[in-house]
Amino acid sequence: MRRYLASRLVQIVPTLFLVSVIVFGLQELMPGDPAVLIAGDSAGDPQVVAQIRHELLLDAPVPLQYLHWLGQVLHGNLGFSWRLQEPVAALVLQKLPVTAQLAAMAFFFSVLIGVPAGILSAVKRNTAWDWLANAVGLFGLSIPTFWLGIVLILVVSVWLGWLPPSGYVSPTQDLWRSLATTIMPAFVLGNAIAAILMRHTRSAMLIALRQDYVRTARAKGLSETVVVLRHALRNALIPVVTLGGLQLGTLLSGAVLTEQVFSVPGFGKLVVDAVYNRDYPVIQGVVLTTALLYVLLNLLTDLLYALINPRLRTA
Amino acid sequence: MTGGIGLLAPTLPAPKSETRLALERFLRHRSATVGLALIVLFVGVAILAPALSPYGPIATDWGAIRLPPSFAHWMGTDEIGRDELGRVIFGARASLLAGVVSVLLAAAIGVPAGLAAGFARGWTDVLLSRLVDAMLAIPFLVLAIALAAVLGPNLKNAMIAIGITTAPVFMRVARGSTLDVMTRDYIEAARAVGNPAWRIAVRYVLPNIFPPVLVQATLSIATAIIAEASLSFLGLGEQPPTPAWGAMLNAAQQFLTQAPWLAMFPGAAIFLTVLGFNLLGDGLRDALDPHRG
Repeated sequence: MRRYLASRLVQIVPTLFLVSVIVFGLQELMPGDPAVLIAGDSAGDPQVVAQIRHELLLDAPVPLQYLHWLGQVLHGNLGFSWRLQEPVAALVLQKLPVTAQLAAMAFFFSVLIGVPAGILSAVKRNTAWDWLANAVGLFGLSIPTFWLGIVLILVVSVWLGWLPPSGYVSPTQDLWRSLATTIMPAFVLGNAIAAILMRHTRSAMLIALRQDYVRTARAKGLSETVVVLRHALRNALIPVVTLGGLQLGTLLSGAVLTEQVFSVPGFGKLVVDAVYNRDYPVIQGVVLTTALLYVLLNLLTDLLYALINPRLRTA
Repeated sequence: MTGGIGLLAPTLPAPKSETRLALERFLRHRSATVGLALIVLFVGVAILAPALSPYGPIATDWGAIRLPPSFAHWMGTDEIGRDELGRVIFGARASLLAGVVSVLLAAAIGVPAGLAAGFARGWTDVLLSRLVDAMLAIPFLVLAIALAAVLGPNLKNAMIAIGITTAPVFMRVARGSTLDVMTRDYIEAARAVGNPAWRIAVRYVLPNIFPPVLVQATLSIATAIIAEASLSFLGLGEQPPTPAWGAMLNAAQQFLTQAPWLAMFPGAAIFLTVLGFNLLGDGLRDALDPHRG
């Protein structure tokens, strides 16, 4: 297990290095001279612009600029927002809990819908239930997140008046109002992942149900519920956990649009506002943080997989 | 004599080719044919847009602002009196163009890279695979938004951004399939007769990794259409007044209480197009790889 952990940690180092190169590369693609943009009203003064270029090492060779940037990032300095005049790291830390709450609730919804639908589909293979579960899965994969959000706002908030159409309240402030403002965006966000989880659970259950241990359990006279839930599902869930963990990227991508539709002031809204205002350091900071989060959560998922899979645990 | 043998020989049907068997399996796949029909419908609508649209997509009528669906305007009119049906019809062009072009770009980058990685192995494989891991570590839409933002908001840049961010998926599929194909006897035979490496890669490996790449391409078009709609929803795709389904939804959000129909039709169009490609992709996968699942 220790060797496994060490090898996984070694593997993420080159990935993170290349992620940093890609994110730094975005800076090189940005149109215009950052020094001119930062100079603002003083952009007409070549001396001011030259001084900013020198201070930010923009006149240095690109590899040196990269090393300087990387050094800053490793010290927790993700740059400075041109628009909000705040450190990007502070903005990220401020918005992250909001998206984390939304993502956690979305993941809960996706498991609640996806796993039972996948089990039902596999157990009742080639029946109307299977067809229905597959149709729901296909619907989840094909519907654009932002459109589902708009339709839900129209039906649930505008026509029925059950939930607020937008906004966000922190759970520490008012738990019930917090749930009321996040339940709809979380459902929308969880919908696409529910479809993916449903497909993974179905495939894993179909494989598990064909195994010898399931045949043995049935031969022992155990009820079908016990066979399915205790014997097949327990084994089928192992790959589902890993694949579910890999959906974090989908969650973060979906959060960008969901937060925009429901005006939730999280990570996604931060990057969209930065895009509208050409606030490139914020875009860069958000991309880097999401990638880091993704890599770390994947590592955690792998460790969880190793913990629940006895073959890897004893290796 | 020959005629006699012919009469005595059992009349066995000629064995069917793999392609023919796959085609038969595909045509028996009901949902795949529904998917294909949806795609044909939307492609037809996009091509025949000028003939099908009752009004121009950017023609405004200040006397017909936010009218609900009627015989004159089947899908109603928008906030500046433009016919919604005409805009949905013309909007198909941006979505389908973005879906196809960005996936072609992604395949043009990813397939040769995957082929090279799987064929050459060694350091080429390690470097390319790590690069793919790094690109896949950045959530797809976040990277696409960042790229589209720095490149500038227009349809061409949105397609480039989606193409680049989709390329790693093709690289993975091509690499995996190449590794599988490289173990086959015909590759060994091609090597034994002295074919150069490039010839083996192009002549023997490439055609055999085509089926999984085709399945991936179909499913990726679905993802790319949603991505384009997402970028245009955020103002990073096709720019006004040219119609794009995502941008139309963004505008519709402001008039949700007064004109809810404006949010229904472009969304339904995206959903049905994406559904078509997803159904087709699933059907192709089942037809080309019957042993799977």
